[in-house]
This record gives sequence, C-alpha cells and structure tokens, in this order.
Amino acid sequence: MASNPMTQFEVYRIGPEIKIGNFDISFTNASLFMVVSSLAILIIFNLGSKKNSMIPNKIQLLSELSYSFVSKMISDTAGSKAKPYFAFIFSLFMFVLFCNMFGMIPYTFTVTSHIIVTFMLASFIFIGVTIIGFIKHGFGYLKLFVPSGVPIVLLPLIVVIEIISYLSRPVSLSVRLFANMMAGHTMMKVFGGFVISLGIVGGLLPLSFSVALTGLEILVAFLQAYVFAILTCIYLNDALNLHH
Amino acid sequence: MKEVFSAESGGMPQLNPEFWISQIFWLTLTFGTLYIILSKLILPKISANLELRKSQIQENIEAAEKQREDSESKLKEYDQIILKTKSEAKNIFKDARDKALKDINSKKEVLESQIDLEIKKAEKEIELLRKGAPEKINKIAIETSSEIVKKLVGVDVNNSSLSAIVEDLSKKDSGKYYGS
Repeated sequence: MASNPMTQFEVYRIGPEIKIGNFDISFTNASLFMVVSSLAILIIFNLGSKKNSMIPNKIQLLSELSYSFVSKMISDTAGSKAKPYFAFIFSLFMFVLFCNMFGMIPYTFTVTSHIIVTFMLASFIFIGVTIIGFIKHGFGYLKLFVPSGVPIVLLPLIVVIEIISYLSRPVSLSVRLFANMMAGHTMMKVFGGFVISLGIVGGLLPLSFSVALTGLEILVAFLQAYVFAILTCIYLNDALNLHH
Repeated sequence: MKEVFSAESGGMPQLNPEFWISQIFWLTLTFGTLYIILSKLILPKISANLELRKSQIQENIEAAEKQREDSESKLKEYDQIILKTKSEAKNIFKDARDKALKDINSKKEVLESQIDLEIKKAEKEIELLRKGAPEKINKIAIETSSEIVKKLVGVDVNNSSLSAIVEDLSKKDSGKYYGS
C-alpha cells in the first residue's frame, strides 16, 4: 500500500545488478540522488566561479555568499588553524544540505534519511578528527579526557564519562541527522495520507498542516545541515586547539 | 530477512542491510568526487575572486585617499598663493600712495614758494606805487592848476610858485588822503 509512510525510504535497484566479489554495489535510487545532489552542487558552484566580475551576478553572489558563510562558520568555531579543512567542511555542508533539500521535492528519495549514510559520514569525521588530534598533539591528545580543575576523587568518573561522550560522537552526529530527516518525512507522509482518507472537506485541516509542515521541514533541512557542519567544526576545534 | 525490514511489514527500510554496501560505495564515490572537484577546481577560483575584489576595493579606497590628500595640499597651496598676492597688492598700493603723497607735497611746496614770491613782488610794486603816488599827484596838480590859471587868467604862471602852493596844500592835507 502506497500510503504506508515508510515506503518512501525503501531502496531499490535501478538498472542491472553490479557485484564486486561478494559485495552488491548496484546503482540504486539512493545512488541516483547522491549523484544528482553532487552534480547540482558542482554545476551551481562552477557557474558561480566561472566569470569573475567586479559586480557579481546572482549565481556568483550565491556561491560567494555560501563561501563566506562556511568560511565564517569555520573561523568562528575552530579558528584559523582549521583553514586546510575548509574544502572538506564546505563539501560536507553542501552535500548534506542538497541531499536534504532534494528530499523535499515530492517523489524523490532523501539520501540523508538513511542511518548508514549519515553514520558513514559521521564515522569518517570521527576517525579523521581523532587522527588529526593524535598527529597534532601526540599522546597529549588524551588530555582531552582529563578536564582541568576537577577534584582528584571525581577524576576517574569524569574520565570515563568523557571517554564515553567522545566515543558517542559519531552516533549522536549521525542519529541526529537521520532521525530528523526520517521523522519529518514520515510525518509529512502521514498527514498527506490523512488528506486522502478524510476527503475534500475533512482533508482541509491536514492539508493546511501539511503545507505548514513543508515549510518547517525546509527549515529543518537547512538547520540539520548547518548543525552537522558546525559540530564537525567543534570536533575539529577540539583536535586542533587542545584547551583542557 | 528481507521481509522483516521492508516497509510493508511495518519495519524500517533503513535497517535493511541489503543495499548498505552499495550506499557506502556510492557515497564514497560521489562525495569523494565532489570533494576533489570542489577543493581543486572550484573553491580556489571563488577564493581568488573574493580576494581580487577585496584587494581592488582596498586599492580604490587607497587611491581615493591619496587623491583627497593631493587636493587638500593643492588647496593649501592656493590659499598661500592668495595670501601672498594679497599682501603684495597691499604693498603695491601702499607704495603708490606714498609716492603720490610725496609728489603732491613737493609740488605743493614749489607752488607755495612761487606764490610767496609773487605775493612779495606784488607787495613791493604796491609799496613802490604808494611811495611814488604823492609826487605824481603833486606834479599833475601843478600842471593842471597852471593850465587852469592860464585859461582863466590868461597869464603864464611861474611853475615854481605853483609848486610851492601845491606842496603847502598837500602837506596840510596829507594825513587826510594817504594815512601815512
């Protein structure tokens, strides 16, 4: 039944089955929207950087504003040392944002509503940040788990809590994005289903609610991309500037 | 296993591991490509554009600042020139005035001395005339009286006796006519 709100999250194969060894890497609808999002980003920013005019046109202004937005976000949270990672965070922010936004178009697939995708991104960030921290500070990076000014008695407990919170970073980062996307899209589907089942008169209320929810979901789509990027910056800040 | 996670049975398709490998593969591929193209090709261009604009604006501001300073110094120069010319004009005017005053004074002196001279000359003449007047009058009186006597009496009168009479008369009345 099409009105099942979870159907929209189903992944299915497009085209032939592709296998490498035992692994199935077939092109699916999820892959399609990853490609579409990446291509959209590349096209927009390529157009935006092609011509260098003193007074920018609309698309150039858009790309330059995005550039300064992300640049400011990074320098505010992680300082000037984070400059080499600008391109990564910019790509990450844009990728998540475009995947979220493409998901808002009816009949599309939301890539970021799948835990495996967000968890992969989050674990990559987690592993990368940990490696950067150990390269920059050596074993001194472990001081991250020992906050200063804590009474000796409480120290073992605090260290355990800090380690658990550090290790749960990829989980919280990925589940936050995935759950937000999934919940929002499920709710929109449920209210859309109410419009059909309640008919013309009774459906007006869920329809208006659905419209309002669409606006909210577009906000959430932007906000979650922003949160994802800014948390990455904060983790990077911990690794680059050890403050404890 | 497939049925457990499928949407129809009320499960979450997200937890179905069937396409996990595929999603990981395509995510790595697309995101990796996106990252490489953005970081190597597109972002440096945008950054260069922004830098260029920033430096150009800075340059323009600097040029404007320089021109402002130039015009200010020019203005000061002009002010000084005007001040200088003003004082020069003042000096010239003063010189001319002094010269004219001097001229007038010297001419006045010359004229005054000439006038004095003329006045003295005239006074002398008047004095001379005044001194010579009684004698002449006496002479005229003698002549006219001799004429009158001749015509009235028809006798030639001796001039010396007439002159004695006239002199006598004029002496008597001299205070009356000349006040000397």
